[in-house]
Amino acid sequence: MRLLTLAGLWLASVGVAAQGNEGSVISPKEQPVSGYRFLTPETRALQDDAFANPGYLWVAAGAKAYQTSHGSGSCVSCHGERGMVGVASRYPRFDEEAQTLLNLEGRINACRTKHQELSALAYESEELLALSSYVAEQSRGLRTQVNVSAEAAPWLEAGEEYFFQRRGQLNLACHQCHDQSWGKMLRGDRLSQGQPNAFPAYRLEWQSLGSLHRRLQNCETGVRAEPQALGSRAYLELELYLVWRSQGLALESPGVRR
Amino acid sequence: MNEQPTIRLAVPQGVLAGEVIEIKVMIQHPMESGYRRGTLGERIPRNIIKFFRCSQEGETIFEAEFHPGVAANPLLTFHMLAQRSGILDFEWTDQTGLRWSKQAELSVT
Repeated sequence: MRLLTLAGLWLASVGVAAQGNEGSVISPKEQPVSGYRFLTPETRALQDDAFANPGYLWVAAGAKAYQTSHGSGSCVSCHGERGMVGVASRYPRFDEEAQTLLNLEGRINACRTKHQELSALAYESEELLALSSYVAEQSRGLRTQVNVSAEAAPWLEAGEEYFFQRRGQLNLACHQCHDQSWGKMLRGDRLSQGQPNAFPAYRLEWQSLGSLHRRLQNCETGVRAEPQALGSRAYLELELYLVWRSQGLALESPGVRR
Repeated sequence: MNEQPTIRLAVPQGVLAGEVIEIKVMIQHPMESGYRRGTLGERIPRNIIKFFRCSQEGETIFEAEFHPGVAANPLLTFHMLAQRSGILDFEWTDQTGLRWSKQAELSVT
């Protein structure tokens, strides 16, 4: 009984209730709750402190890279200072020219190869993390507003399918933990809704900043499934579904996660 | 790693003489303990910062020794008695003797 009371107190303290009136779990699409709500007060404080948040190391490196001039100009020469406000909140989106879905990382690389005559940066490289976190940071506090109509629709559909597909030796779908069981304990941790709004985020487990796709690989390793490649079509589809599912949440990048 | 890592400094502005001020510094560094193993069981070699020093024109204000238990991207917060204006020098030395530093101006009125 005491444990139950404690669990109740915890849920009250984070201001969310996983259980609806009928005892069913509230759908994250209807009531998205940021992963921030599932952190300890210490980790929340780390995210909120603009100096202590280690993610800002990458943001600072990204600010420098944004200004760096290459033969064909710098980011700032086209986009201007603070020209990236709100951009991250619109990704992933379907790119007419490339005829494919691009996330923020893909968009940065498309810009490099098309307009700057530079080579694409490797996914998860320090340079790409710096630029993507710098761009994402400018949308901190804004709500996502992804377009999932027309050409993006099949991507969303495929992402949803992936989310509900059981996989790995543990035979678990994303949906079983993050839709059906969020708020419950999974060994020492409380299951979050699996929201993407803090990424690129600094994970204490990584001791580094990382992209959403790296996080997805960790999830799949956790259920003993074969992870997909970073930047792969499957993860882009899943990313679109996750961002669409998180609509209403404010972006927190660079977030701090456990 | 000869390239200068990202360093962030927070030194207060508009300080009065005799005031105790808080200084915060952070450096990007993996602080690899040397006790971990990779996915193939291979030992990941130790790579840590050993020493930090903050000085004002040669006079040491604060220094710290680092050990393998320190987390990546170490953040230090310390206090100093602001007595005179000058350049504050922050310097980190890693296990191989490699040094990285950054300066900030302290103006005391």
